[in-house]
Amino acid sequence: MKKELITLNINGDDIEIAVLPWRTLNEVLRDQVHLTGTKLGCGTGDCGACTVLIDGQSVSSCLTLAIEVEGHQITTIEGLAPQAAEKSDLENCELHPIQESFIAKGAIQCGFCSPGMIMSSKFLLDHTPNPNEAEIRAALSGNLCRCTGYNKIVDAIADAAEKSRQLKENNLDPTTI
Amino acid sequence: MTLPQFKFLMPTSLREACALLEKHQGKIKIKAGGTDMIVRLSHRAVKPDFLMTVKKIPDLDGINYSPKGGLTIGALALLREVETSPLVLEHAPMLARAARATATVQIRNMGTVMGNVCNASPSADNIPTLVAMNARIVAASGSDEREIPIDEFFLGPGRSALQANEIAVAIKVPTLAAGSGVSYQKISPRSKVDIAAVNIGALVTLDETGKCRAVRISMGAVGPTPLRATQAEEFLLGKEITDATLAEAGRLAAEDASPITDVRASREYRKLMVEVLTTRALKEAAGFASGQSSIAE
Repeated sequence: MKKELITLNINGDDIEIAVLPWRTLNEVLRDQVHLTGTKLGCGTGDCGACTVLIDGQSVSSCLTLAIEVEGHQITTIEGLAPQAAEKSDLENCELHPIQESFIAKGAIQCGFCSPGMIMSSKFLLDHTPNPNEAEIRAALSGNLCRCTGYNKIVDAIADAAEKSRQLKENNLDPTTI
Repeated sequence: MTLPQFKFLMPTSLREACALLEKHQGKIKIKAGGTDMIVRLSHRAVKPDFLMTVKKIPDLDGINYSPKGGLTIGALALLREVETSPLVLEHAPMLARAARATATVQIRNMGTVMGNVCNASPSADNIPTLVAMNARIVAASGSDEREIPIDEFFLGPGRSALQANEIAVAIKVPTLAAGSGVSYQKISPRSKVDIAAVNIGALVTLDETGKCRAVRISMGAVGPTPLRATQAEEFLLGKEITDATLAEAGRLAAEDASPITDVRASREYRKLMVEVLTTRALKEAAGFASGQSSIAE
């Protein structure tokens, strides 16, 4: 079977890549582009570990064919804090405010669900900047944490929303969290 | 799991897509959002030689409304679009509630209401309200188009009235008669994400004296296709909605349901829940119909 040469826009960069038509975006991101921040959990769209944004919408990369997202903007967890992703030196890199809140609130245990949780959080806060607890929990309903650390994740998202609100009130930073 | 190999087809017109369906009959599957089809491929439940996406076909997206034609939901309208569309929220808010009850945020950002309908699962979240509202499915084959009443669309689990060369292009939802209200009720082991153990869509139209002028009740996950609760509908016609008539309608609906026992619920529990949810749905729909309640989401 012939591979198709396509151009994927991943985290702002155009990447030309040859893909087989039955390869999912998850496989291409992890195995061909070597962006392994995006995880593969269930492979059936239930667990949310593979969540990425396509044109700003959170989707399951395990159910997305790579060949179908040519011409769309793909954002992975690496795209939220490009410096940190490149240097793997967390001390001296600026993380995304949602990531900082996850760390500050202890919302990470084994870490496997975290990239998906954070991408789902980003989608929530992009559309609902001041979510209440019920809205946060509903927004996370497609993300499973096998460590069951849900409460701290909910706290982290509320914290990120609050930080964003304060920044906006003080006109400090137009960060789009 | 790696998907099985297939040739991928991306037609850019309806005519081209229908010609491909005709040409590769029996060896081709259609995908829109892919949230069901990719899972079925992954599980090897289907092994088509060709997979055709309809996502590059123009004019299949969008949600429109006209007072005469009612609401038109394009085949590519995402669950999330239906969930949040101002037109849907104004003219058919229960379709938005049903869309919101479907799967996860990610799935709703990918999957379409039409896909949920065409997969013809007896437990589909988006079907009961569409049946209650007497929707029609517009099917295109090349240059021809026909409208299939939703009551005639479901033939069995996973089987619809679509012909092999037809593509479902839109859902038409008629404008409700004055004095009408609709409700969608669902129960599942988990409050979110889960497939319905039972779901009910109901439409009630009241005349000026408060008597039931029209009623349609659709029951999901209690038969091979979504079922109409015809006994309950006939019983309610011409009657007022009271606690007593609601209770009897619920009892009759449970009589018409023929559920099985499976991983989500037992036959007995499903029967009981048909009674409870039908009563609940009729009560809410009647409340909207009489203008005594407004929709709080």
